[in-house]
This record gives sequence, C-alpha cells and structure tokens, in this order.
Amino acid sequence: MRTSKTVTASGMAARWLAALKTPVGAVSAAMLFMVLAMAVVAPILWTGQAEEINTKAILQGPSPEHLIGTDSLGRDLFYRLLVATGLSVKLALAATGIGVAAGLVLGTVPSLLSRRIGRLVTAFVNIAVAFPGLLLAMFFAVIFGVGQTGAVLAIGLATAPSFARLTQTLVAAQSERDYIAAAKLAGVGRVRRLLRHILPNIAEPLVVTATIGAGGSLLAFAGLSFLGLGVQPPAYDWGRLLNEGLNDIYLHPMAALAPGLAVVVAGLAFNLFGEAVAKTLGTPTPISGKGAATQHIHRPKTVAPSTDVELSTSSSDGDPVLTVNDLFVSFPGPAGPITPVRGVSFSLARGEAVGVVGESGSGKTQTALALAQLVEYPGSVSASRLEFLGQDQLSSPSRAQRQTLGTSFAMVFQDPMKSFNPTMRIGAQLAEVAQRHLGMNRRQALARAADRLRAVRVPAAERRLRQYPHEFSGGMRQRAMIGMGIMGSPALIVADEPTTALDVTVQQQVLRLLSAIKEQDNVAILLISHDLTLVGQVCERVLVMYAGRIVEDLPATELAERAMHPYTQALLAAVPDMETDRDRPLAVVPGRPADPSRIPAGCAFASRCPKADEHCTREDPELLQRDDGHRVACWHPSRGTGSERVPIELKLHAAALQGEAS
Amino acid sequence: MSIATRVVADATDSPWTGFVARRIGRLVVSLWVLVTASFLMIHLIPGDPVRAALGSSAPGALVEARREALGLNDPLWLQYVHYLQGLLGGNLGISMTSDLPVAQVIGDRFPATFEMAGLAFLLAVLISVPVGALMGVLTRGGRRRRTELAFTSTSIVVAAIPEFLLAVGLVFFFAVQLGWFPVAGRSDASSYVLPVVSMALGSAAMLSRIVRVEMLSVLSAEYVRTARAKRLPGWIIYFRHALPNALTATLTIGGLMLSAMVAGTVLVENVFAWPGLGSTIVASILAKDYPVVQGVVLVYGVGVLLVNLLVDVALGMLDPRSTIKEG
Ligand code: SF4
Repeated sequence: MRTSKTVTASGMAARWLAALKTPVGAVSAAMLFMVLAMAVVAPILWTGQAEEINTKAILQGPSPEHLIGTDSLGRDLFYRLLVATGLSVKLALAATGIGVAAGLVLGTVPSLLSRRIGRLVTAFVNIAVAFPGLLLAMFFAVIFGVGQTGAVLAIGLATAPSFARLTQTLVAAQSERDYIAAAKLAGVGRVRRLLRHILPNIAEPLVVTATIGAGGSLLAFAGLSFLGLGVQPPAYDWGRLLNEGLNDIYLHPMAALAPGLAVVVAGLAFNLFGEAVAKTLGTPTPISGKGAATQHIHRPKTVAPSTDVELSTSSSDGDPVLTVNDLFVSFPGPAGPITPVRGVSFSLARGEAVGVVGESGSGKTQTALALAQLVEYPGSVSASRLEFLGQDQLSSPSRAQRQTLGTSFAMVFQDPMKSFNPTMRIGAQLAEVAQRHLGMNRRQALARAADRLRAVRVPAAERRLRQYPHEFSGGMRQRAMIGMGIMGSPALIVADEPTTALDVTVQQQVLRLLSAIKEQDNVAILLISHDLTLVGQVCERVLVMYAGRIVEDLPATELAERAMHPYTQALLAAVPDMETDRDRPLAVVPGRPADPSRIPAGCAFASRCPKADEHCTREDPELLQRDDGHRVACWHPSRGTGSERVPIELKLHAAALQGEAS
Repeated sequence: MSIATRVVADATDSPWTGFVARRIGRLVVSLWVLVTASFLMIHLIPGDPVRAALGSSAPGALVEARREALGLNDPLWLQYVHYLQGLLGGNLGISMTSDLPVAQVIGDRFPATFEMAGLAFLLAVLISVPVGALMGVLTRGGRRRRTELAFTSTSIVVAAIPEFLLAVGLVFFFAVQLGWFPVAGRSDASSYVLPVVSMALGSAAMLSRIVRVEMLSVLSAEYVRTARAKRLPGWIIYFRHALPNALTATLTIGGLMLSAMVAGTVLVENVFAWPGLGSTIVASILAKDYPVVQGVVLVYGVGVLLVNLLVDVALGMLDPRSTIKEG
C-alpha cells in the first residue's frame, strides 16, 4: 500500500502542475501565491505603520503619502489593508480546516458504525445541507459567542455538511472498487481500510474542494466581520475594515471599496485555482461539472458543388423518391477533416425498401442524416445531386421544401426512449407535425394523431395521447415514433437501427409494421442496420457500406447466394446461426474497421481482405454494374468464397425469428 | 427520517400522492430538526444567557426574575414542551430588549425582507433565463467560441463577487457618484433598486451559466434531433422542445440559490440599513436578545424549507418523470 500511496502523491503533484499550464490556472496560481505571501509578510513588515495613530490626518482621501487615505484615527488604510491580509487568510484557512475535519468525521462515520446510526448521520447531513451556510454560521455564532473564535467555529461547522456530503459520495464510490473488496477479503478491518486505503485515494478531490471552500470561507468571514459578528476591534480583517469604512462612504469611498476589492480578489484566487485544478482532474465541481456536455453535434452547410445540377421539377409516380450522387459528409478533426461518407450514389423508387448495412463507423448513419438534412455543425454535406420528390435539396430550403420534408420524409431513430421529448405529451408531439405542415388546428391535429396511433396498433389511442413518453413501453414508443412519421403522407421513411434498442419479441412487430405501411401506402423505406438478417427480411435491395462508400448494391434475394464483395461475404459469415445468442451485437468480421480520419489509399478493405493484392492497395475500385441491378466495388469479385454454409443458416435464422414473433 | 417518510409513502399507490407524501414527510422531519435546533440554541450557549444579556453588573435578583419569566428554571423537557406549545399557538416569546412579542417584531420586519428577496429572485430569473438560453443557442455545438469565452468569464467574475460587496460598489457608483438612488433605507420605489439589483446580479450570472450549459446539453439530445426531423421552425425547437427541459435541470440549482438568497438578505440589508429580518437578527445577536434570534432563525429556516418544497413541486409538474423516481 505504501507504493500506491506514493504513486498517488507524485501523480497528484504532476496533475496540479498541469493545472498551472492552463491560462486560468497560471493566473489564479500567481494571484493565490501573492495573497498567501502577503498574508505572511505584511503583518511582520508593516504592523507598525498600520497601527500608528495620527490625529492630524483623520479621514483623509487618497494622497501620495496615504495611497488610499486614512481612517477616523488617522491610521494609514493602505498598510491596514495589507496587514489585514494576514488575519483574513489565517481565519479563513482555520475555518476551512475545521469544516474539512468535521466533514470528514461526519462523512466517514456512516461507513464505520452500525447501519442504523450511519443512516441517521446521513439523514442529518442531508437536512443540514439544505440550509444555506450563512444561516448555519449565524446559528453557531450565537452559540459560540460574537468574536473571532466563535466566527471561526461557526463558519467551520457551517461548511461541514457539504464536505460531509462530498466525503460520503467519494467513500461510497471507492468502497465499490476492486481493491477495497480485495482488502476486505484479506481481512483488513473497517477502520484500517478507511484510513489506509480509502482516504488516500479520495484526498485529492477533497483538497481541491477545500481550496475552493477556502475562498468561500474567506468571503463568509468578511461577511461576518462586516456584520460585526466576527473580528472585534482593535483587531481587524478585511470585513472589519469594510464595516468601519462603510459609514463614511460619502466622505471617503476608498475606505469601503478597497477592502471590498481585496476580498473579491483573494476569494477569486482560491476559487479559480481550485476550479482550474478540478478541471485537470476531471473532478466535477458544482458549476464546471456539466461542461463536458458541450457536445459537437452540428449544423451542416449544405454545399452544392459547382458542377451543374439539373433540376427536375416533375414528381410523377415514375420518378424516384430520392436520388443522391456523390454524397460526401465531413467533419473537421484535430488532424484534418474526417470524412465518414465518401461519395455515395443511389436512388430509391416509390415503395421500394432498401437496406443499408455495415459495421459501426461505416458511414451508414451519417448517410441517413445527410439525406435528411440533419447533419449538424460543424459537419458539412456536399453532393453533385440530392433530390427528394424531384426537389433539389442542395440550396437552402424554402418554406415549401420544409413542408415537403416535414410531411413526406419521416425519420425513425434507434432509441425511442431518447427520441421523444420527455416533458411533452405524446399527443402534442404527434399533433405538432400536422399543425405545422398540414394547417390543422389543435383539435383536428389531435384527432389525426389518435388515428395514426391506431394505425400503428397502439391500443387505447385517445388515452395514450395524453400520456408522456415514459409511460409507454419501448416497443410501443417506437410504434408511436413511426406513427409520428406517418402524420403526413410520407413518401420515404428512413429508419436508423429502429429495433436495436428493443426486445427481440417486439422487434418483429416493429418490422412488420414498417412493411405493412410500405405495402399500404407505397412508401419507400431506407432501413439502416448492422443486421443483415433483418435487412434481408424487410428489404428488396441491400446496400453494403464500408468506410463511407457503397461497396456492393444487390437485390436482397441474391444476398445469400450471389454476394460478390469479400466484405459482404465476411458479413454474411458473421451472421449468427441458431446456436448463437441473438442478443449479442453482430459477430465480428476479423480485423479492424477503417479509421475514418485515416482512410488508406487503394481499397479501404484491403487490410482485412483475404484476396487483397498489390492492385488493391494501389487503386480504389469503383462501384461498377455487374449484372442487372447488382453493383460491386472490388477488383476481384467472386461468388461464395468460404460462405457456403451461410445460405441455409440464414434462412433458418430468419424463419426462426419469424416463427417466434407470430 | 426514512421511517416516517416510508410509512407515509407506502400508504399510497398513485405516483403523485406518493410523491407529495414523501415530500411532506421530509418537510415535517426537517421542520422538527429546525425547531429543535432553534430551541437548543439558547441552551447550548456556554454560561448563563440571561446573565450575558443583562451584563455582569446586573443585580442577581433581576437575573433570577428574568430566568424565571423565561422559564429557564424548568427541566429541559418541560421547556421543550412549552416551546412547542408556544410555537403552535404562534407565540415565539418576548424580546428581552424591547419587551415586544417576538411574533410582532417578526411581523413588522418580514415584509421588507420578503419583498427584497422576492424581487431579487424574480429579477435574477428574468435576466438569466433569456440570457442563458440565448447564449446556449448561439454557442451550441461549439459555435462562436469568442462569444462563449466573453460570456463565461464575465459571468464567473460577477458570480464570484458576494452580494454585499457588490452592494457597496453599487452604492458608491450609483448613489454616491451619480446620486440616482438613495444610499440606504426603504422608502419609495427608487430605494428598492440598489438592494434588489445587488442581490440579483450574482445569482443571475450564475444561473445564466447553468441555463446555458443545460441548454447546450438539451440541444444535443436526440429528441431535439427528432424535432428537427419534423422540420419545425427554430423558435418552436428552442422554446417548446429545448427550454422546458433545460429549465427542469436548472430548477434544482435555482432552488438552492433562492434559499441561499434568503440568507443573503442578511448582509445586503445591513449595507442598506434595510429594516428587515436581516438587520434585526444581527442587532439581536449583538444585543444578546435570544428570543428574537431564535424566532428569526426559525423564520429563515422555514423560508428555506418552503422554497425547497416549492422547487420540488414545480419540478414534479414540469418533469413528469421525477414523480416516479424516488428522490
Ligand atoms: S478490391 Fe481487393 S482488397 Fe478490396 S475488397 Fe476487393 S479484393 Fe479485397
């Protein structure tokens, strides 16, 4: 254990030094150093000047002799301010020390004593935390009496509950670690476990919080002294100086402003330094804790490449629902742009169901988002052609286009739990679409929503409309999501892994629902999935994506027997057979997927491909038409290498799934 | 506390009643702790509080008479019973300095404090919600880094200045230098400006940072993407979908802040010689007028508990999930 302790200590020093390298850390550390140095030096050097009474220079304003003037006894305020640093800092540190010590006791006692007493202490701490520190401080100030000692005790005890709360949380987190369990098994007693194992490991966050807490104590002390409840004359700290200065604010504003400023600067120094260290540690402090939530999901700039874009205005039934040529999606990355989608081209006919398969990172989701115009800043989308129902989508959308997208382009996302707004009723979330895009009023829109919920087989639709998403089961939520998609009259439903987050039993219901909608209303479906079996079940055509490109495009019926691309064949070989646990994610294709920030030259699959040769690593194969309705991007396409066993098993598997669901 | 709360909670089944019962159970226990603490306060003071209050030169007979009048010679449990009985009847004791009933003293002073804290909270919310939400929208997904930096650093500095020091600064600038507002006291509307602003500004800065951070995390949530997929206009996405969710998360911290504000009035009142509970409690502590101190501590404590309860209830109404969760 000795070693682990020293490791912690040296690591701690390194991390605190790292904090000094951030701008905030460096500035606040310098400020803190000056405050602390002044606290030590000033009382030694200047106590004489600070306490020298000069009745000839009473209540003077700032002058070269007295930089910020004099008080009612003619004492020099500048020196008094400097000397007061000593007492102010000393008292704040003393109070913080008491707070930490009392907090440690209150926070660790629950883990040492019997459960019942532990609970009682915890409950007490929880109640005490709810009361503001100043109120507690005044309460204790009454008990301990007005004055310096009383105020130190008061502020110390007032900060104890929040330290206790933090300690409890930290101790609880550590107690679950493996090494504590090991120590327990080795017969190390409770107290020893706490002192030797747990405390050293929670020391660092505690010290950081104590640093921030010292800033708070400094301010609190200034407050109490200002009220006359803290330091009593003839002693003086900044709060006391402020108290004395405030009366004459008309005559002599500096006497009140200067100590106030000193308190703020010193408080900030402790506070910012603590926060800076906390940031390098990743310790959550009350404010900075959520900073990490700044995620980078981004709005696109839909850039139309300068190539000529033919606008087709007709949208008769014979035309495709969606056409895309040379679709690129890229994000700025630390080492140059990352391009998850690199030149995807295909089109979707009315009522056609097309699956997009590939491992995670193959660009299938980004493709779906780009088609839906939902790629967020700083991502950017470009294409030589992107049309939905004959409307060009590359220029910034007009009102009419938004309307078309809103009524005819539906999205179904992976996690129905997260995809509904938790604070709005399901009815309102569905009705919104009709109110916005179909010009319905609220009543009509809700009636339509009820009708749509019935269409997706949600029982008791009227009652369900008034419920919140959390009152729906997972499968029902996903059906409601599809119901939201068919509020208008969709021509295309893009479903991104719509069943991955669901139980196996409800997966089939959702898939059948999608199929039924497609049949009934001639709706095209783009089904994004990592699961070949599932895609084979619903879709007529399959697009296989690898490293941001379509590597194979073939009819679903040909998938099992006529797949030509080595990657498709590897995916098929990885399809789970009947003995495999189907809850598990897709069995892996050997090797690692290509890194979208470092796509190699030549065929991106070459490093994992059994058939790769020198040609493959040199030149990237294009997606070329093989036979009717079958495109492949590979230099050495061939049928059925090492996947002879797949067809039968695939069918068995699909049959099993279907049998189970019906 | 857990036993009491559990019994109440188990007796019901609907999530709302269970939720309300739990919160009330917790309130009752907290109240009891508060009342007991305020009762014990006077007994925890080392030495004889009456002697301390009257001074060492007061005749022994007078001290004894006072002790008798305050009931300090009864056994502790009896005093506790009397104290509780008194509280139920609205009797908080008699001030030792003015001989007025404490309840009357509090009644006189309470409105001034309540107005100040209430207005300050209102102002803080009115500033922070729009500012925080706007900053969240403007800087979402790492946009406008400079705006973000300027906003964050300004708000950190403003939030770090304690209310009473801000008050001193504001007095100097707006009352002494510019003469726009009175330096102290409570009279017409203009006398409210500086106290309320100095109470509100720091909280507004802190709260707007929290609103922004919450807004950012909500804007990157999947349900906002769903809303965009529905092609709703920006303002509906921000106001109807994002803001309520950002505010539920803000509310918890906002509530903590409001209860801190209740106590923060003490210092600001003393800067402005505001005739509220804050200046009363300080004067009473200095004069060792313990019944008044006890009473005011009780009022502040109850204020804090009520604020916490209101926050919980508001949270329960805004976010239907929180009623289900054991809190
Ligand atoms: S091009 Fe070469 S490396 Fe790429 S998949 Fe075909 S055979 Fe394999």
